[in-house]
Amino acid sequence: MSTRLDQRTRDGVGESVRRVDGIPKVKGTFAYGSDLWHDQMLWGATVRSPHPHARIRAIHLAEAVASAGVHAVLTHEDVPGKKTYGLEFSDQPVLAWDRVLYAGQPVAVVAAETPELARRAAARVRVEYEELDPVLDMERALDPDAPRLHEWGNTLRHLQIEHGDPDAEAEIWVEGYYETAMQDQAALGPEAGLAIPGEDGGVDLIVTTQWLHVDRQQIAPVLNLPQDRVRITLAGVGGAFGSREDLHMQIHACMLAMHTGRPVKMSYGRDESFLAHVHRHPSRVWLRTGATRDGRLVAVRGRIVIDGGAFASSSPAVIGNATTFLAGPYDVPNAFLEGTAVYTNNPPCGAMRGFGAPQVCFAHEANMDRLARELHLDPVELRRRNALEPGSVLPTGQVVRGSAPVREVLERCRDLPMPPEPEPAPMRDPMTLPGGAGNVGHGEGLRRGVGFALGYKNIAYSEGFDDFHQARVSLFAGPDGPVAEIHTAGVECGQGFSTIVTQIAREELGVRDVVLHEADTGVDSAGSTSASRQTFMGGGAVQMASRAVAEEIFARAIARLGPEGQLGLADGEVLADGVPVVELSDLLDEPVVATRTFHHRPTTGLDERGQGDPHVMFAFGAQRAVVEVDQQLGLVRVVQLGSVLDVGRAINPQGVEGQSEGGSAQGLGLAVMEEIRMKDGRIANASFTDYLIPTMLDMPPVVTELVEDPEPDVPYGAKGIGEISTIVSTAAIVAAIRDATGRELNRAPVQPDDIVGLRQPAASRGWPPVPDVPGPRPVPEYHGADLGQSDLKPKG
Amino acid sequence: MLIRVRVNDEWREADAWEGSSLLSFLRDGLQLPGSKNACEQGECGSCSVWLDEELVCSCLVLAAQAHEREVRTVEGLAEGDRLHPVQEAFVEAGAVQCGFCTPGLVVAVTDLLERDPSPDELTVREALSGNLCRCTGYQKIMDAVRSAAERRRAGAW
Repeated sequence: MSTRLDQRTRDGVGESVRRVDGIPKVKGTFAYGSDLWHDQMLWGATVRSPHPHARIRAIHLAEAVASAGVHAVLTHEDVPGKKTYGLEFSDQPVLAWDRVLYAGQPVAVVAAETPELARRAAARVRVEYEELDPVLDMERALDPDAPRLHEWGNTLRHLQIEHGDPDAEAEIWVEGYYETAMQDQAALGPEAGLAIPGEDGGVDLIVTTQWLHVDRQQIAPVLNLPQDRVRITLAGVGGAFGSREDLHMQIHACMLAMHTGRPVKMSYGRDESFLAHVHRHPSRVWLRTGATRDGRLVAVRGRIVIDGGAFASSSPAVIGNATTFLAGPYDVPNAFLEGTAVYTNNPPCGAMRGFGAPQVCFAHEANMDRLARELHLDPVELRRRNALEPGSVLPTGQVVRGSAPVREVLERCRDLPMPPEPEPAPMRDPMTLPGGAGNVGHGEGLRRGVGFALGYKNIAYSEGFDDFHQARVSLFAGPDGPVAEIHTAGVECGQGFSTIVTQIAREELGVRDVVLHEADTGVDSAGSTSASRQTFMGGGAVQMASRAVAEEIFARAIARLGPEGQLGLADGEVLADGVPVVELSDLLDEPVVATRTFHHRPTTGLDERGQGDPHVMFAFGAQRAVVEVDQQLGLVRVVQLGSVLDVGRAINPQGVEGQSEGGSAQGLGLAVMEEIRMKDGRIANASFTDYLIPTMLDMPPVVTELVEDPEPDVPYGAKGIGEISTIVSTAAIVAAIRDATGRELNRAPVQPDDIVGLRQPAASRGWPPVPDVPGPRPVPEYHGADLGQSDLKPKG
Repeated sequence: MLIRVRVNDEWREADAWEGSSLLSFLRDGLQLPGSKNACEQGECGSCSVWLDEELVCSCLVLAAQAHEREVRTVEGLAEGDRLHPVQEAFVEAGAVQCGFCTPGLVVAVTDLLERDPSPDELTVREALSGNLCRCTGYQKIMDAVRSAAERRRAGAW
């Protein structure tokens, strides 16, 4: 590559450049999905099942149709094409017929003149249900006598990983059982969008999502339209964290728009949002860790079961991740690891920040602490002795390539400065005590604890999936100099993708003025903004396209001037050996446009013994949590989180810190407060009054340090950073509470009753039975179920 | 019913359903979507506005209650391209990610600093504990508040 920058353009790679969308966001002019408006638009509303499992006897629409201002009331009979959709498997009805499988499942949709009239009409749709025995417990789902929820049964995927001698013996074993709760992404912006019927019989959809093209892939067959007649544009996304990966109102709004010939807006309220997106899987983990007396891991045997809820969503990939990470980021010569995702009549679970890794981190880190105690070893030292390093072989047989600075991450986290010792309680402002704002305690029985956790996460999609990203970069002459425009379908959900890619184009093209085309389906797929992948994948695509543009510029420069030496671009000029030779604008009589598609290195699936090369690369992270516990009231205040993250290279350090801090807040939520509570198969706390997320009073300072050990062969050496802090903070905080209280605390979130001893630790009924499955792939695949995102292929 | 409100120094009126919240009226009736609809039950602060100079969650106020009264929203803070110092501080500190909570926080921080230009950290945390943010973990919001407070003390507004 001849682009070598002898001179750098300001605000390029490695600088804390201000967000490109910061100004409209602080002014309130940034248009989110719920802000969309069309003068002729109708409002949609959804009729949802109140039952977790029921047969639909009849649906009576007459009253709703006659309701004021109503333009359409649609059921499954009105679905123009295929009646199901789904992210990995098409097992989810657009609108239910015959049976409903979770409380909240859509049964009918309504369009009316105003939101109030739509809601009123929806309430007048009368559905006759015959309630059926629901499967509400993930282990009951494995019982052969349990009701079968899908034609292929209740097992969605079961896989096992055998490594070394699965029956290996060890000098010392520790064993634990762990549970984590169902967590909500609780993105503040609700699911929303606007569907506008097109003159060509197609539809234009502006919507909050994480992946435009996989939405389209699911929507078009349902509407009975060719893919290119479903044109999708990204609306402003008010946070995602995985909750926008599955479709929400997309198909319903398109159906209503095509049926009425009018634009239709749908925007969920908070309660409906809880019903309409997938959640983090509740998990149960059984884990035995064996070691030598001098603290070398010898073997790990583990089992994880996750509750996928009523439909597949991305659960097969989540259990793949969780199982491959079950032994932790450690060099373990022998392992036998099993993972099962089941269907139940609970709400569907799928992607949430961490994607199976937080659940197993909670378990493997608790076992490491148990082991350290048994061995009288410092917990950090035990981890250090067993940490993965380049060349280590994972339980899947995959060799850790590239950058894996695990020991440096651990040591720097251990060495972070501790927070100051607390003042004696009587001197303290009550606001600084656990339960502060409630003014419930006076500081009696306070005890500090320190906890530590190490974790890791795969970057980008795994198990043979090619989640490519296409970018188009144009360079043209603007009135004030050269302008670069980036066009990708990559979704900005707040994490900073838009800013990162402008930095990259600026770095590569030496052009200050970089603008973003809106994200839409006018270019090929960008893959999902998830799996900590978009900096790497989108950054890679924009770098490739920018370099292709630069090559064309150099060709033009050579044709015109024949400069000699190393060519480069900086500050709007072409340089030869660092010396400016021509203004870029002079070479742009015709714009230069390049479209490039970036692929990560190929990976493989897992075979019958769980062996393969499933993950692209890894990011590691460690956290140290300091907590203060009121032992009488069972209340916790997190005093400080120290977060050391392996980022490869920070493209935008301020943005990386933001991911560390925000991700830690979500981990803190799962550690001490966040849990979707189910009662008889229904969500009991679908509001921000009852589902509590951390406030400014709950969040401590987060001390972040970045380890920059560039990943070879990836753009700028940058790894993804979106998930790792969330993965480790739950485990670190609960470990700190264990340290403060001496209690077992094997369930997240920890509740006051757990701390004061009113609730016993979660009890296992023993390792669950192994389901009979045809192989390690998702069970629906063996039954010929239609695929979702798996068959997306790049064009051309 | 016809509601008339003086919003950001301009008298505006529009029809509203009797049960409409001030938030819905601002967003749908007056096309001022800057105030956000994240929970619509007064828990998240994303819809914060001033009603007669008092900070309120506009989702908890009926539109009818604002009739013939003065409302100031996030849209009224910047003067054209010139950001309000609190808005500037948010952009510079990296306090914005998805930005859905940002308008409410900008309003709440402005309100706090107009009343108290030198709040200590606990005062800030308590004052803003009714504004939920799901992206940032609040650290860079704290940085923005510190920076905005300095600007306030320096007489930036």
